[in-house]
Amino acid sequence: MATILEKPGFNPDRQYKIVGTSPVKHDGFDKVTGRAKFAADAFLPGMLIGKVLRSPHPHAVLKSIDISKAVALPGVKAVITRDDFPEIKPGSGAGDMTRIAMAREKVYWEGHPVAAVAATSESIAKKALKLIDVQYELLPHVIDPVEAMKPDAPILHDYMRTKGAKGADAEKPTNVVERSVLAIGDVAAGFAEADFIVEHTYDTKPMHQGYIELQSCIANYSDDGQVDLWCCTQAPWVYRDRLTEILKIDSSKIRIQQSELGGGFGGKTTFYLEPLSIVLSRKAKCPVKMTLTRSEVLRATGPVSGTQSTIKMGCKKDGTIVAVDSNLIFQTGPYTGSAFTNAPQAMLTRYELKNVRTVSHEVVSNRPKVSSFRAPCVPQVVFGVEDCVSELARKVGMDEIDFRMKNAIVEGHKTIYGETFNRIGFVETLEAAKNCEHYKSPVPTGQGRGIACGFWFNRGGETTGTMNLAPDGTVNIILGTADVAGSRMSMSMMAAEEFGIPVDRVRSMLADTNSLGYNRVTAGSRTTFSSGMIVIDAARKIIAELCSRAAKIWNVPEEGVIFEDGHCRPASSNVGNFEPLSMKDIAAKTTYTMGAIAGHSEMNVTGAGPGFAVHIVDVEVDKETGLTSVKRYTIVEDAGKAISPLQVEGQYQGAAVQGIGWALNEEYIFGDDGRLQNPGFLDYRMPVASDVPMIDTVIVEVPNPKHPYGLRGVGEVPLTPAMGAIGNAIGNAIGIRPRSLPMTPAKVLALIEGGATSG
Amino acid sequence: MSELRYEAPDSLASAIKLLAAAGGPARILAGGTDVIVQMEMDMIEPELLLDIKHIPGLREIKAEKGGFRIGATVSGMEMMEHAALCATWPGLIDGVKLIGSIQVKGRATMAGNLCNASPGADSVPPLVTAGAMAHVVGPNGARDVPVEQIPIGPGKTSLAKGEIIESFFLPARPRNAGDAYLRFTPRTEMDIAVVGVAVNLTLDGAGVCTAARVAIGAVAPTVLIVKECADALIGTKVDAAAIDKMAAAAAAACRPIDDKRGTKEFRIKMARVLAKRVAQKALERARHVA
Repeated sequence: MATILEKPGFNPDRQYKIVGTSPVKHDGFDKVTGRAKFAADAFLPGMLIGKVLRSPHPHAVLKSIDISKAVALPGVKAVITRDDFPEIKPGSGAGDMTRIAMAREKVYWEGHPVAAVAATSESIAKKALKLIDVQYELLPHVIDPVEAMKPDAPILHDYMRTKGAKGADAEKPTNVVERSVLAIGDVAAGFAEADFIVEHTYDTKPMHQGYIELQSCIANYSDDGQVDLWCCTQAPWVYRDRLTEILKIDSSKIRIQQSELGGGFGGKTTFYLEPLSIVLSRKAKCPVKMTLTRSEVLRATGPVSGTQSTIKMGCKKDGTIVAVDSNLIFQTGPYTGSAFTNAPQAMLTRYELKNVRTVSHEVVSNRPKVSSFRAPCVPQVVFGVEDCVSELARKVGMDEIDFRMKNAIVEGHKTIYGETFNRIGFVETLEAAKNCEHYKSPVPTGQGRGIACGFWFNRGGETTGTMNLAPDGTVNIILGTADVAGSRMSMSMMAAEEFGIPVDRVRSMLADTNSLGYNRVTAGSRTTFSSGMIVIDAARKIIAELCSRAAKIWNVPEEGVIFEDGHCRPASSNVGNFEPLSMKDIAAKTTYTMGAIAGHSEMNVTGAGPGFAVHIVDVEVDKETGLTSVKRYTIVEDAGKAISPLQVEGQYQGAAVQGIGWALNEEYIFGDDGRLQNPGFLDYRMPVASDVPMIDTVIVEVPNPKHPYGLRGVGEVPLTPAMGAIGNAIGNAIGIRPRSLPMTPAKVLALIEGGATSG
Repeated sequence: MSELRYEAPDSLASAIKLLAAAGGPARILAGGTDVIVQMEMDMIEPELLLDIKHIPGLREIKAEKGGFRIGATVSGMEMMEHAALCATWPGLIDGVKLIGSIQVKGRATMAGNLCNASPGADSVPPLVTAGAMAHVVGPNGARDVPVEQIPIGPGKTSLAKGEIIESFFLPARPRNAGDAYLRFTPRTEMDIAVVGVAVNLTLDGAGVCTAARVAIGAVAPTVLIVKECADALIGTKVDAAAIDKMAAAAAAACRPIDDKRGTKEFRIKMARVLAKRVAQKALERARHVA
């Protein structure tokens, strides 16, 4: 039998009963009433509180750590330092991970953990931290990645040599982790054909995901070496396997139970407290709970990379883009792991280009190690790309959407990274944008309008799930992919659609790591797609089994039974005149047939459909203060098929709001001492509700033929064009396009007053 | 670190006694919107938290001598819901409205805003331009102090050990008078003023300005009262030229620092822009057109 991957069975004429509606989420009631259990809501008898001592210095040799006074404080049950972790070679993946969790030879950023304490109360734990005597040998530090690339910059890691460097550069100690080139065609020849060429340099800042839920966990290390861990994570299996690597504990002995997740956006794909709480629990012989403060979240968990990019783009008079040449620099914090290679692959993927060269650099510096965030490393480069595209459109004298349409890719396009696209919906998305009310309406007097487009791959990957039929005919789904945005409800809806039963008869829950096979991280906009495939596959297995049981009950051949609307029926009157059997009828009799009915599925899911979006933004800029107000915002995006349109809208809207924050105000401000000056929401200025207008959405549905219902991921695409669109809008409002994020009032005012100087 | 002691006295006399006898750092707890946050962020470690919310009489707004007496534990939302106060001192209410969020204003008090002694406090410039007096009680008796004399620097007040602000007095105001406050922040709310400007002015029957007070927040260690700004308005009909002169005086008076919330240069520019806009708003209120 062909698997669902080979034969997804997409049927364009299928009429849906559940898919495409927006029922109230099953986890919604608990969330609005406060009953939902997030990681910090967990409690165990005898639980201790753990706190972390963090380096006040951005770069220093860790000479000595004296914990004796802290250990002697009544109420302190364990103090741990680097000495409590296995030595792993620096510069390796696990070597970096263990050093991020707990500093070893050096501290690399203000906030780097140097010790941790477990005590009977938080106040005792905090007191104990003050009793730990750490001796540092201060080193010069570097925060900015461009500074970190200079020959006289302080070197973070003596062992580092630039991967991809040639000649003498390959031998020198450096802060450049990697230099990579992705190219097709002949860029020089392309520019020779160009009638118009633009080139600009752009600067973007690291952006924190800004999840509301602070990281929290409880570890319970039992006397026989079993670890029970409750935590908020997008990646329970990844956490487990990485904990195995750095703590040398068998994976089978680590059971991770994910809690409800109060926001992740990529930021909860990496652990911080979990290894510390396990080691503290092992030492204290008690469960240990640890929760970060907001200040710790901002100082010591990963934002996404900031970038500096120079982009040169040329086109012919007819609007054909003929060449793009880019140089990109990505800041990654003290260790590699920025996922910067997404940028050269995705930044231009939506335009038909023959000549492209992108040179990318990943650079270490003394600031928090970056983490993932919606389409990591792409939106910050699209900020520049979409400026160049709009500027060329103006030079050519074309409508901005028409210009993009002229260069738009269609089915069969071979990407720069080698994939050939199946059915895609970029053209349809552009058309929908051009026809939407917002784009057709005149720009209000005194405002500026910007548009920008973006792309994200969308992912699949290893996924496992199980589905159980209860004797009353209701269905439970057991999933491993963390629910960051309502995916459990979408799973229940897809199962209900397959069975033809009301969605209230299906419930989805999240398993611990011992209860299912490996599940990749919830990231890459993969979960509703990948776990959706598992769910449909498992449901179809249950349906096949139901038909087999009905055949047995009726004593007819299996092919004589069909399944529709939750019932097994005779395929025709020739089979016999049997009353249809409901799922409940069959489930209630499993004792007499062949036992319990369950569906299980595990796959390395492929066939994720790429997504494209167009953002349209109107802004008003106060010419005396430089303050930008976003007045109107519309997102037009291809979802393939919106399982729950309300949730898809939520993804679009949330991304726009995060984009507004990144575009206008959010940035890390470091003092000359390398310390973060704004580790709180007061001065790390995420938008508040009154800063954003209602975000309008247009859901385009060009089906992904590799999914039975045609769905595409929607989590990341909608952030990719946001800052580009807002930047273009401000540019049109004031006559000069800002090229440095955030586009703060002070910077915009300087542009207004300075005339032609670049932002 | 000493253990934290929480006291909630039911009289002002015992509050003063507890405060005067405190062996370590003490903080008065009213709304707690600064104190609790500062404790959470390990910025302060008080030995005594003195909750004054249980003292009778402190949570009242009363008419007095044609003006108002506002108790120390009256919240921002209670002020915003007091129709007569809003009608008389709209500029003060402009400031109160800008503090935090609705939830924060449901707890935060004006006394707390003043005694936190942040140069960027939003209710302080309009309180100063209103000519408000703080009624301070302490171990050595009571005194009435112009509000601008309470903060003496960021986080520091002139209150002696054991002293508490019991209430504020806002005077009666002439008919053709208006006040207004505007601040500049990158966000629309939940933010701290980069600059804030308050103007309170009085017109005579011919529309000539007879009295004015102008105060600027977040451009110096304490709120600045700028006499040159007032002088630029007094004796004029508050026309465009007068307002420009007043705005220039505001910019000239600023002595801000560069910090994470704004550069010196940007703050001075904003002071000028806001001064113009806020003077216009105060003028409209004095003329009863707004």
